Amino acid sequence: MVPLSWYICLSAVIFGIGGIGFLVRRNVLIMLMSVELMLNSVNISLIAFSHYLQDLKGQVLVFFVITVAAAEAAIGLAILVALARNKSVLHTDEITEMKG
Amino acid sequence: MLNYVLIPLLPLAAFAVNILFSNAIGRRAHLIALPAVAGSFLLSVYALIGVQAGTIINQDIYSWIVSGSFKASIGFLIDQLTVVMLIVVTSISLLVHIYSVGYMHDDDGYARFFSYLSLFTFSMLMLVMSNNLLQLYFGWEAVGLCSYLLIGFWYEKKSAADAGKKAFIVNRFGDFGFALGILLIFVSLGSVHYADIFSGVGALQGRTINIAGFNFDLITLIALLLFCGAVGKSAQMPLHVWLPDAMEGPTPVSALIHAATMVTAGVFMIARFNPVFTLSDTAMAVVAIVGASTSLFAATIALVQNDIKRIIAYSTVSQLGYMVLACGVGAFGAGVFHLFTHAYFKALLFLGAGSVMHAMAGNVDIQKMGGLKKYMPATYWTFLLASLSIAGVPGFAGFFSKDEILWLAYNNGALGKVLWASGTLVAALTAFYSFRIIFLAFHGKFRGTAEEEHHLHESPKVITIPLILLAVGAVSAGWIGIPAAFGGANHFAEFLAPVVGHSAVTASHTEEMMVVALSIAAALGGIGMAYLFYSVKPCAPLILAGMFRKVYRLLWNKYYIDEIYDAILVRPSKWAASYLLVRVTDGRIIEGIVNGVPSMIKAFGDRLRKLQSGNLQHYAFGMVAGLFVILTVIFIAVSR
Amino acid sequence: MTPKIFFIYFAISMTFMSVMVITRRNPVHSVLWMIGLFFHIAAVYLFLNAEFLAAVQIILYAGAIMVLFLFVIMMLNLKEEVVAPRFIGEWPIGVALGIAIITMIIYSVFTIQPGPVGEHTIEAIQKTTHAKAIGSLLYTKYIFPFEIASLVLLVAVVGAIVLAKKR
Repeated sequence: MVPLSWYICLSAVIFGIGGIGFLVRRNVLIMLMSVELMLNSVNISLIAFSHYLQDLKGQVLVFFVITVAAAEAAIGLAILVALARNKSVLHTDEITEMKG
Repeated sequence: MLNYVLIPLLPLAAFAVNILFSNAIGRRAHLIALPAVAGSFLLSVYALIGVQAGTIINQDIYSWIVSGSFKASIGFLIDQLTVVMLIVVTSISLLVHIYSVGYMHDDDGYARFFSYLSLFTFSMLMLVMSNNLLQLYFGWEAVGLCSYLLIGFWYEKKSAADAGKKAFIVNRFGDFGFALGILLIFVSLGSVHYADIFSGVGALQGRTINIAGFNFDLITLIALLLFCGAVGKSAQMPLHVWLPDAMEGPTPVSALIHAATMVTAGVFMIARFNPVFTLSDTAMAVVAIVGASTSLFAATIALVQNDIKRIIAYSTVSQLGYMVLACGVGAFGAGVFHLFTHAYFKALLFLGAGSVMHAMAGNVDIQKMGGLKKYMPATYWTFLLASLSIAGVPGFAGFFSKDEILWLAYNNGALGKVLWASGTLVAALTAFYSFRIIFLAFHGKFRGTAEEEHHLHESPKVITIPLILLAVGAVSAGWIGIPAAFGGANHFAEFLAPVVGHSAVTASHTEEMMVVALSIAAALGGIGMAYLFYSVKPCAPLILAGMFRKVYRLLWNKYYIDEIYDAILVRPSKWAASYLLVRVTDGRIIEGIVNGVPSMIKAFGDRLRKLQSGNLQHYAFGMVAGLFVILTVIFIAVSR
Repeated sequence: MTPKIFFIYFAISMTFMSVMVITRRNPVHSVLWMIGLFFHIAAVYLFLNAEFLAAVQIILYAGAIMVLFLFVIMMLNLKEEVVAPRFIGEWPIGVALGIAIITMIIYSVFTIQPGPVGEHTIEAIQKTTHAKAIGSLLYTKYIFPFEIASLVLLVAVVGAIVLAKKR
């Protein structure tokens, strides 16, 4: 039997890698994928908890996380398309209109 | 209880609707304001019937402020005095509302005007229905505000805007004293509720308060501070200067606020606080002397003025002096009785003057009028009835109330005799200047231009009907208080007795008859003199003015009071404002702070804005670092 | 022992794939690594007796969302992407922050105290089948959140159309 903490550690590692991807990549597309990565790592830990605590609530929550992830991907990609069309850039360090 | 609560709430609702939707409502504003005031009037009549049946209500309905031992509530006290005021306020307000429909017909601010009138009615009702000092003070200031708004109603006109400011600022002097009086009452009695004050004030007798090394009698000080408020609000000397200027407002406003209701708030307040005032002989004497001298002083000014509204305004100051005098000699009932009758005939005089101005296209100079009787009979006859009433011709309302005051003053010892003599003299002057208007404006030949003469017309029905209704009041309002000497029962004094008590009468009916005869003689003498001067020998006034040039100039310039105030108060404060405030405080200190703080912030911000690189990931660094810190803190907190 | 060996395999390959996802120069490669990762995640779900969610993971993530990403990549011109630098200039800060978070979570994992055990034992779920168990929970107790999730999707649909529409 695999201990619960192993799953959580795996989840944490993938979460961290997703976070690093979001923080360091210039390409907005990859940044969005990193966010998906982070959401999936959370799903892993939710399902692991759900299994070990013998309670399906965690899996129901995973369901909602997937819903939000789908919505987020749709909106994020739409923004990306609009961005690519209007500014013809896909790199975050070239979009600095909010500069103070 | 609901029917009592609705009395002030109906006008408030009308105000809210009219002010919020003034653009959409426009010329239909009276359709909202009129029913509301009419409803208040009917409910007031209902309240009167209730009080006559013996239901006195003194109930808190809402806890307004609670702070430590201080407690103020919104509450209603419905007793004999209140219902008299309710009837006066709502009935005059209703008639003025009707009149305004015609008078303000072409004004752009129609909805605004009606909303202010409703707000005023609400405030005045809150003032008179209050069962505690704080709510009274709220109403007191709110009516002051409405007065300011309505005097300056035509704010494009500089004189109107100035008059509004003057009224507001002069009232501040009185209200400052009034507020101090309220604080002193709270400090010494621990409550602002009438019931607590009246039951506790007796225990304060003989106590003194030390201010700056001098000992003052506590009750006298309280009474005099409260009286300060009345001096401002009821335009007594030396704070009377705002009332004549207040005539810059629309005439219905002058009738409602500056003749019938708001200015009588001071008298109402003194009558309400009669348990406090009667405990201090000094305060009572001050009240009586201020009242008597105001009435004499204003009456003499009114003799020579030419502006029809100003004459009536000075007449109002003079009559208010009468009421205050009555309170000062302990005849609170008589003061309120005069307030009651005065409301009707003075409102009628103002509304009549408004009707005349309507016909004269806004001209107010009575020297330019004449012979108006022919053109506007309804205005003439109602104006005549009001003048007969104010002059104190037997049978009319003013006669009974004025004689009651004079008679009770006569009974008030040696000081009372002097006050009585002065009051009788004022009665003669009153009759004279009232009929001066009648003879100059309505009789003789028209002295204006031909064009103006062509324009002369009787006012529409919506204006004359309130005049006729008020004329009924001006004639008959006194009949409910016919004194015993004439075989009446003096219902009015008996009705008010539970609140204000009876006045001591020492002299006999024979003496009363003598007093009455003298005042009738004064009234008829005044009328006769006016007839002689302005109808029989029109050159007589000029000759007299020539003979007593200095006196005439003094009266014409209203004793130079405005100029004196200008020299000792207005100009020094203007200098202080322009030099000390503008140059030193504003120029150096405030601008230094105002410019210094932003430049500091700018210097700081210039450095701080470097943080805002605009790169999305730099902000994300912040988020993740924050997440790390939060995780660490939670972990440490949990593992401990 | 066998499950542990399997888990170690999955852990190592998933970490590797994640790193590949975030380091590939060409986004198409990233997407392909990501699809491989999603299959592994689905397998982990099977380990945890969540068959229904494993199926959803493959159909929805690998099948729908990743294909959406691929579509967008095809729509955009990514020629210069192959030569442009991959990382922002401050990438060491990002890596340090990410490693700090991972360390902090792993450090705290060993203090987890499992709460009381719920009613959905493995036997109970197997009796009704996993899809039915999760469905009955979703359509009874969580019906309102479920409906709101549909609203979220609706908003996403409208938002995506509005944002990506040609003017």
